[in-house]
Amino acid sequence: MTTVTEQPARTLEKGYVGQSIPRKEDKRLVQGLGTFFDDVRRHGMGYVHFVRSPYAHAKIVSIDVSRALELDGVYGTITGDEVAISTDPFFEMSVEPGGNIKDYALAVGRVRHMGEPVAAVCAATRELARDAAELVEVSYDPLPVLVEAEESLKDEVVLHDDAGSNVVWSGVFEWGDVDQALAEADHVIRIERLHFNRFSSTPLECAGALVEYDRGTGEWTLHCNHQMPGVGAIWMAPSLRVGIDKLRFVTQDIGGAFGNKICLHPQYVVLCLLARKLGRPVQWTEWRTDQHTANAHGNERTFLDVEVAVKADGEMTGFKVRALDDCGAFPRYEPLGCIIWAQVTPGMYGWRNIRVDFTQVCTNKSPVSPNRGYSRMQHLWLTERIVDIVAAELGLDPVEVRKKNYVKAEQMPYETPNGCVYDSGDYAAALDLVLDLIDHGSIEERRQEAASRGKLLGFGIGSTLDSGTNNFGQSTLLNPDLQFSGNNEAASVKLDIFGEVVVTLGTVPQGQGHETTAAQVVADILGCSPDQVNVRRGHDTWFNSHAGFSGTYASQFAFTGLGAVKGAAELLREEMVQLAAAVLQAPVEAIELSDGMARIKDGPEEAALPFMALGAIVNANNAFLPPDFNPTLNHRYVCRPYFGMVDTEKKTGQLTLTYATQIHAAVVEVDPDTGEVEIVDYAAVDDCGVRINPQIVEGQVHGATAHAIGAALSEEFVYDEEGTLLTSNFYDYHVPHAMDMPPLKTGAMESPSPVAPLGAKGMGEGGGGGIHCICAAIQDALATVGKPIVATSCNPPHRVWAMLRDPESSRAGVAVVSK
Amino acid sequence: MAAPAASHGVSVEVNGEQVELEVPARRLLVHFLRDDLGLTGTHVGCDTGNCGACTVHLNGEPVKSCMLLAVQADGARIATVEGLAADGELTPLQRSFNEHHALQCGYCTPGMLMSATALLERIPRPSEEEVRLALQGNICRCTGYVNIVEAVVAAGGAA
Repeated sequence: MTTVTEQPARTLEKGYVGQSIPRKEDKRLVQGLGTFFDDVRRHGMGYVHFVRSPYAHAKIVSIDVSRALELDGVYGTITGDEVAISTDPFFEMSVEPGGNIKDYALAVGRVRHMGEPVAAVCAATRELARDAAELVEVSYDPLPVLVEAEESLKDEVVLHDDAGSNVVWSGVFEWGDVDQALAEADHVIRIERLHFNRFSSTPLECAGALVEYDRGTGEWTLHCNHQMPGVGAIWMAPSLRVGIDKLRFVTQDIGGAFGNKICLHPQYVVLCLLARKLGRPVQWTEWRTDQHTANAHGNERTFLDVEVAVKADGEMTGFKVRALDDCGAFPRYEPLGCIIWAQVTPGMYGWRNIRVDFTQVCTNKSPVSPNRGYSRMQHLWLTERIVDIVAAELGLDPVEVRKKNYVKAEQMPYETPNGCVYDSGDYAAALDLVLDLIDHGSIEERRQEAASRGKLLGFGIGSTLDSGTNNFGQSTLLNPDLQFSGNNEAASVKLDIFGEVVVTLGTVPQGQGHETTAAQVVADILGCSPDQVNVRRGHDTWFNSHAGFSGTYASQFAFTGLGAVKGAAELLREEMVQLAAAVLQAPVEAIELSDGMARIKDGPEEAALPFMALGAIVNANNAFLPPDFNPTLNHRYVCRPYFGMVDTEKKTGQLTLTYATQIHAAVVEVDPDTGEVEIVDYAAVDDCGVRINPQIVEGQVHGATAHAIGAALSEEFVYDEEGTLLTSNFYDYHVPHAMDMPPLKTGAMESPSPVAPLGAKGMGEGGGGGIHCICAAIQDALATVGKPIVATSCNPPHRVWAMLRDPESSRAGVAVVSK
Repeated sequence: MAAPAASHGVSVEVNGEQVELEVPARRLLVHFLRDDLGLTGTHVGCDTGNCGACTVHLNGEPVKSCMLLAVQADGARIATVEGLAADGELTPLQRSFNEHHALQCGYCTPGMLMSATALLERIPRPSEEEVRLALQGNICRCTGYVNIVEAVVAAGGAA
């Protein structure tokens, strides 16, 4: 039975929800008994290795696979020419010119980034597949390379002839009247250029799949780690020229994803073709270097010609900016990043007049994919940089300027200039909490103490929103012809013969603890212990538990995922109560479910049915049930949040539903001789409304902070002028290890969401608060030595050292015009 | 000159059981454990020896099994994560990981547990600093290490 409704906001009475119960997933994982895709084996399976381009941009002259095929144990190969014949290009979401790009599963005729797959080899062992791949002879004719977005914009070299331009998408977003705000401002601050660097969350488990093809039914089964199979299938099925029913996605444990496992459709299509061609299961596990070189980078964004309107009292009334986004060689999930940022258009601030002139271009670099904080993080970095640059240039206190300009608690729910609704929160109170945690009052004293040791101490704040539960209708702001809107997620809950409560999720968890939090919600609704609730691991499209937007992304499990679980559990509960009432000969109002029993409230002790009895009656002993009462004890529910329609003319609408708040603060010490930055104190406050499991929430805060610290200080995909990635593995791409992480102080507030089914807001992505506060802290630390401006998001020692040596050049692009 | 042997016999003790197998000369120890012995708890997270997801004990010492060939382990005693809870009873460290929410996706966890188990054998009550030092060869991308360090310190205290 399937029910689809718009859910009213309702919170459960506290039971298991709200408790930090230890996770159900852990028992298998601490014993090494999890099942990740690479653990799945099939008889006769072949291992796949991709032949990849050593060039960033080149014409493919010829590909010769004959030597590879001669090797004993090689099962077969596939090249771009075969892909071009047997598949259609993936659909593109952009209007022209980006919409004309042709993106196939393997390079066809031309390679556009280093590491792009041009062919694949399948063999009996991993080692043999790798050897055979080296025997594939590819002849290239190198072409000029584009590694800078600003160069791409000139279209002197064009990556995609079908598009005729490197521009994927461009458009102007204008809300309020920024020109008037600038004219009426007492100060106008101009910032010529800010650059958000390329990095990604680099999950520890690389991508991959084991794919089986059933010749009889024409169906593929993908044992995989795709984190958004609903949308993955929408890409793959038309390309493979089959119905979506021919693709079965199965996920079990997934070793982290962070958005980086959303754009796996090109590789998966190659695997599907090989499995069909060779008549055997095929397996591909991406190597780390391949993951870094050619899978999923975060969006790189340059902000040009920023102008900010500021009143004499420090009120900021508007800003304008040209944003130039670099999506690498193929748009894939893009140009969604050209609109996703608009979920947080004014950041946490009361700006009413904003103009963003947004352009996205292709370059000869790895394609991007959503990455924790996707597109909002880049934009929030801009808003936070603006605030701290304005404060520094006008001599304002960064704390006071924030408090003055934050959206106020009493304004909640607050409608932004572009029609998004910030559902709840008290930003100033959250800031006060973080200032307490970090002992803000002692900063000047600590600054002097650090100076006595020859260190420059700085303090910075990063205040962000984690917007959750996407309205896919926002895609129509980019392309009015797209047939996407709203969102949905499914779950099923059933009571089995021996009283087992079994839950399936459409979501595809990758470490977020969905088995535990779903069990907490179900246990409270059914009146049992979470231990009695078996939440099936992972996702399986055959279980019918998925919906079109199923997956774990965009901070939405707390809303749509748990909303679906709650809806299905409530349907089951209703039937269990009816069944118990029928058996116990009592009115339904007299039945309560608790401690794994259905009983008559205040009735005799023996007037009680264990869940086992209910399950057994319906499933195995049902002859006495009246013909007009047919309980199934098996319910599916689709949570479909209500958004309303977006206005494609004004570019307004409710782009997302919940807004969790994060305020981060860092104290850093900079070594003036080396430019090294040490984080000496760090605090983060998160307000995600009702916390289903506070320990899991805190774990997400820790993780998001570590990602941000890495991105702020060391993690960057650096390319040379030939388009060669210089940071292609964990040797050169330094992610924080245990010695790099400072002790973290965390605090929490709970401003329940008035719109979410459980009052809980998605919060897993964070907003990159750590990047913003570390940039601010470095700028503050350097204020006494030439007052440089931090204009890049990633600041390893060489960049800090350059600011120390030549502060003037960073200031050259900053100007203040005061009346 | 004769061609080098393409395969070798390898005899190892793995989690208390003696194993003898003929393996390709070039096979990595981690792939021997995972693919030949089916001990898939030991994971691969990189290709440069940085991440530590493949950490196992070789004659009692933690090693990265992607940095060794299977033939190099010939004659050795190997312990993997599957051997920790030998009778299905979790070790204090494994329980502590659960209690302190020291894992999210669980992919780095086997390597973390093997590195931390070796530390606790060497230093039964390690300080936070000693724990961080011992785990610096193990990358976790989910937790920021906060709860992992707490879990190991707590397990030491409980020992």
